[in-house]
Amino acid sequence: MKLFRDIWLVFQRHMLLMIRTPMLVILGVAQPVVYLILFAPLLKEALATLGAQTTTDAYRMYVPGMLIALAMATGLYSGFSLLAELSSGVIERSRVTAISRTAMLLGRTLRDVVVIIIQSIILTILSIPLGLIVQVLNVLLAYLILAMVTLFTSAISYGIALKVSGPAVLGQVINNVAQPLMLLSGTLLPIALAPLWLRRVADWNPFAWAVDGMRSLFKGDSSNPHVWQSLVIVTVLTVIAMAWSTRLFAKHVK
Amino acid sequence: MIETNGLSKSFETKRKRQTVKVDAVVDVNLKVAEGEIFGFLGPNGAGKTTTLRMLATLLPPDGGEATIAGFNLRTEPAKVRKSIGYVQQGRATWDDATAREELILQARMYTIDKAEAMVRAEAALKAFDLTEIADRRCKTYSGGQRRRVDVAMGVIHQPKVLFLDEPTASLDPQSRAHMWDEVRRLRDEGMTIFITTHYLDEADALCDRIAIIDHGSIVAEGTPADLKREISGDVVTIGVPESAAKAEEVLKGQKVVKSVEARGDSELRLSVDTGETAIPLIMKTLSDGGISLTTIELHRPTLDDVFLTKTGRSLRES
Ligand SMILES: Nc1ncnc2c1ncn2[C@@H]1O[C@H](COP(=O)(O)OP(=O)(O)O)[C@@H](O)[C@H]1O
Ligand SMILES: [Mg+2]
Repeated sequence: MKLFRDIWLVFQRHMLLMIRTPMLVILGVAQPVVYLILFAPLLKEALATLGAQTTTDAYRMYVPGMLIALAMATGLYSGFSLLAELSSGVIERSRVTAISRTAMLLGRTLRDVVVIIIQSIILTILSIPLGLIVQVLNVLLAYLILAMVTLFTSAISYGIALKVSGPAVLGQVINNVAQPLMLLSGTLLPIALAPLWLRRVADWNPFAWAVDGMRSLFKGDSSNPHVWQSLVIVTVLTVIAMAWSTRLFAKHVK
Repeated sequence: MIETNGLSKSFETKRKRQTVKVDAVVDVNLKVAEGEIFGFLGPNGAGKTTTLRMLATLLPPDGGEATIAGFNLRTEPAKVRKSIGYVQQGRATWDDATAREELILQARMYTIDKAEAMVRAEAALKAFDLTEIADRRCKTYSGGQRRRVDVAMGVIHQPKVLFLDEPTASLDPQSRAHMWDEVRRLRDEGMTIFITTHYLDEADALCDRIAIIDHGSIVAEGTPADLKREISGDVVTIGVPESAAKAEEVLKGQKVVKSVEARGDSELRLSVDTGETAIPLIMKTLSDGGISLTTIELHRPTLDDVFLTKTGRSLRES
């Protein structure tokens, strides 16, 4: 089918460009790696109140949150690279060709998903010597949640980028939306520590659900209803956000 | 091949909280014949890019109609797209991709399959003299090389009509000459080429016909030679040894000489229709009158003279 062929074309090109500048991927994991090592000695005590009795327990809580935060950040900031590409002329050149407009957006988003998965694999493996123990199948399911979060946040970022007039406004919007969402999703510290009213707010935060689902999976508790609930929530939201942003993009570049 | 009728476009921009309407293109009527290099000459901000983007289906016109390669711009944009190549004004390649990769991708975006895309890329690299640098990243190319990659991408699907937006802007003279050769080659292969420029010499030397655009409107259209002839004709300056008054007397009655004016003792300025046919007659008349010539010089009006006559400004200054 032409759409898949076109998505593949765009994806390939963005993968190629990424491989040519691998520093971006490496710098992307540098900060989480530092956090991982820096917080290692503190984790067990910090998370003890939540029932983390061992270092393994602590990592099973901490790593999923960190991965979601990474996916959110990557996704939400991808609007900037879309704006850069729009002004660089490479999109203008594609516009007179027969390539699918949806593919132009999806191809580059899939590249972001691949980057996130690669970074997550690196971080997961690095956490194992520190004390993390996980099951492969559960981790794969967790990565599926991560992929959805990346797709969802990129789609939102693209949509906002196309709605606002430039990168400065986009930055404002992302900072005012992304930071509260991250704090309220319990990505870095579990939301269960928060006062009750804040936990009620978090019930409405899809990222909090995603973190919960991932934590269950890292714990090896894949039958926990949080797992399927979080998958359903992020998938539905991803589909809606993708439909919205691809439509906006198709209209923008016609 | 291209015909426009009343093509218009205006933009609304915000300036100091007020919405200002800019008439970028106003009632443009053009006819471009098959197989010609048609030049669109005008200063910066004249509306060249806007016109081109409308014709390339990238910008919806506010008013007017256009037919390109037999297809209606409004009702058959997809067919127009298939028939045209478009090389935008700014750069269009990724810094970290190579010319070969870009050409293959461009071909594939035009639904050409991978094997054929590779063949075409190879042929294009050869045709545009890029084989040597084909596998280097685009960011290492010179301005001229990078521009040739742009044009090669624009014709990878063998369009009937090619739109080139200032393909030689800010190139050095040698790269410009190289680009002119490429454009002529494409014309000789049967392509119709619509090229914009703000260089007078480029419009003059490269284009079969030109239209001059200023503030969104066409102010003149024709072959460069016709446009120049239309405004004033040629000027012939002759030098004679201290017999200017006598020479003026002799030349005054001649049919080819529209006007003659002595400048000092030994120089005359003659205005004629066509320099090359007037000069032999002038020389014969003078020798019949027993006047010898020391120098003879032909000055042709330039396109800048045309622009000056039509707009009251010089293109060089604007
Ligand atoms: N997207 C746009 N928004 C607002 N004004 C524009 C836009 N594009 C072009 N213009 C204005 O339209 C006029 C013509 O521009 P353009 O077609 O780019 O000229 P040229 O290519 O001849 O230099 C200019 O005054 C320019 O500022
Ligand atoms: Mg322009």
